[in-house]
Amino acid sequence: MKKNVIKWSTIVRVLLVVLLISLVVMPTWFSWAFKPFAPENGPIIYERASLLSLSLSHLGLVALASIAATLVAVSLAILVTRPSGSAFLPLSRTITNMGQTFPPVAVLALAVPALGFGTGPTLVALFLYGLLPIFENAITGFSTLPPATMEAARGLGLSRWQRLIRVEIPLALPVILTGVRLSVVIALGTATIGSTVAAKTLGEVIIAGLLTNNTAYVLQGGLIVGLFAVLIYDALVQLEALLLAKYSISND
Amino acid sequence: MIEIDKISKLYDGVAAVDEVSMTVDTATITVIVGTSGSGKTTLLRMINRLVEPTSGEVRINGKSTHSVSKTDLRRRIGYAIQGHGLFPHYTVARNIAIVPTLLGWSSEKIADRVDELLSLFALEPDQYRDRFPAELSGGQLQRVGVARALASRPDLLLMDEPFGALDPIIRAQAQIDLRRIQQALGSTIMLVTHDMEEAMQLGDRVAVMDQGRLVQYGTPAEIIQKPATEFVVNMVGGVDRSLRLLSLFPVSDFVEEGSAEGESVEANTSLRDALSICLWTGRDALPVVQDGSLLGRVTLDAIRKRAAIS
Repeated sequence: MKKNVIKWSTIVRVLLVVLLISLVVMPTWFSWAFKPFAPENGPIIYERASLLSLSLSHLGLVALASIAATLVAVSLAILVTRPSGSAFLPLSRTITNMGQTFPPVAVLALAVPALGFGTGPTLVALFLYGLLPIFENAITGFSTLPPATMEAARGLGLSRWQRLIRVEIPLALPVILTGVRLSVVIALGTATIGSTVAAKTLGEVIIAGLLTNNTAYVLQGGLIVGLFAVLIYDALVQLEALLLAKYSISND
Repeated sequence: MIEIDKISKLYDGVAAVDEVSMTVDTATITVIVGTSGSGKTTLLRMINRLVEPTSGEVRINGKSTHSVSKTDLRRRIGYAIQGHGLFPHYTVARNIAIVPTLLGWSSEKIADRVDELLSLFALEPDQYRDRFPAELSGGQLQRVGVARALASRPDLLLMDEPFGALDPIIRAQAQIDLRRIQQALGSTIMLVTHDMEEAMQLGDRVAVMDQGRLVQYGTPAEIIQKPATEFVVNMVGGVDRSLRLLSLFPVSDFVEEGSAEGESVEANTSLRDALSICLWTGRDALPVVQDGSLLGRVTLDAIRKRAAIS
C-alpha cells in the first residue's frame, strides 16, 4: 500500500517536471491551450524573449539572493547564539524583521536611484526579504540542540570550532533548511515584480500580458513560476526528510 | 591518583562546593553521593574543568589540571553522562571514535579499539558498528556512551548519573557490567549519583556531599556503621542500615564448619540475600557451595552478629 503511494507521488512529480520543461523549451506546443485566453488575432506565446532564458535568469537571481541571504542569516544566527554574542540577539531580530516588513516593491523603488535599473535592486529586495525566515529558523535550530549531546561534546574535549562544525551545524541543518525553503519559495514569487525595474525575470511575461490585456501571457508566466515554486519546494522537503531520516533527533 | 585540594566554587558569593579535599586511588571506583543541590555534579565538573573552580586545585597523577589546556585535559579524561549524549548524526563506531580521532590516532588503530570496546560491552561489532543511535535501545545507548568515554584509555573516567535514565532491571545489569569492565581495565572512576543503594553497590569508597561540603568519605561499611552526621544517617536509610550493611558482604567471608539442611547458596551471595532466604524458608543455617563443592554453612547467628552495631 505504502509502496503504491510513493509511486503515485513520483509519477506526479515526473509529469510536472516534463510539463515545466516543455512549457519553457517548447512553448508553441501549448498554443492550443492558451489560444482561448489570447486576444483575437493577437500573439499567443510570448516571443520577445525566450522563456528559457527568462527562466534561467529568474532562477539565477533567486539562487544568488537566497545563497547570500542564507550565508548572512546563518552566520548572524551562529554569532548571536554564542554566549558572547547573545547581547546582539534582540538587535539582529529587529533588523531582519525590518527586512521582512519592508514591502519588496518599496525596496525596489528606493533601490533604483542608488543601484539603477536592472538586476541590482531586485537582488537587494529578494535578499532582504529572504533573511528573516532563514534567520529565525537558524536561531531555533541552534538554540534547541539536544543538551546532553552538547554537554558530551564539551566534556569529550571538542573545541568551540569543532563543536560548531561537527555537531551544531549538522544537527541544526534540517531546521535551517526549512527556513531556506520558505525563503526560496517567497523569492521565486517576489522576483516577478523585479521586471518592473527591468530585471530579466519571468515577471516580464506577466507584466507584458497585463499591459496588453493578454491573459495568455499572464497564464504562461504565472504557470511557469508556479511550477518552479512547487517543484523546488518539493525537492527541498525531500532533502530535509532525507537528513532527518538519517539521524532522527526526535528519538534522542 | 587524583588529588582534590581545597576546591571551591562560588556562585554570586554562595558556595556550591565548599573547600572539598579528597584523594582517589588509581583503579578504584569512588562514588560521590548527595541530594540535588549538594554540589556533587559541580564537584565532578570541576575535575575536567567544565566548571572552573573559584579556588583550590585538582591534580591528576601529581599534575595540576590547569597545567594543560581545557580541551587537552578533557581528551585525557573520559566523560559519561545521564542520557548518554551520543551524537545522533554519527554511527556507533564514529561516536566511540570521537576522542581517538581528536587525538589523531590512525584509522586502523581506531577501528580496532572500537571493535574491542563494542565486544567488551557485549555489542556484536559487525551488528552495531554502523548503526545510528536512534536505532538502539536505552541500555545499548548507555553502554555506547560509556564505551565512548573509555575509548582513548583515559587516566580517569567521570560519570554523572550514568544510569539515571535506565529502568531498574537494565540499571542493575549496567552496574554489574561497569564493575566487571572497571576490574578488567583497571580504570579509575569517579561517579556521581543521588542513589545511596547504587553508591554502596559500586563504590570502593563513597563520598557523601551535603550543601557543598564533603561530610563523609570512606568505605561503604564505614559510611553505614559510623555515619558522620544526621544527614548521612538519613542518606543510608535510617532503619534499613542493617540490611544495607549486610548487602556489602558475601557469605563466603562468614562460612563456618558444619552442615545445614535444604537448598544451598553460592559463595558470592550477599548476607542480605542469605538472611532473606533464612527468613523465607524458616531455616537457621544455609549450606554454602562454590563451583559445585560444599564449603560449609552460614548461620543466622553469624548474619545477625554482622548486622548489629559493633
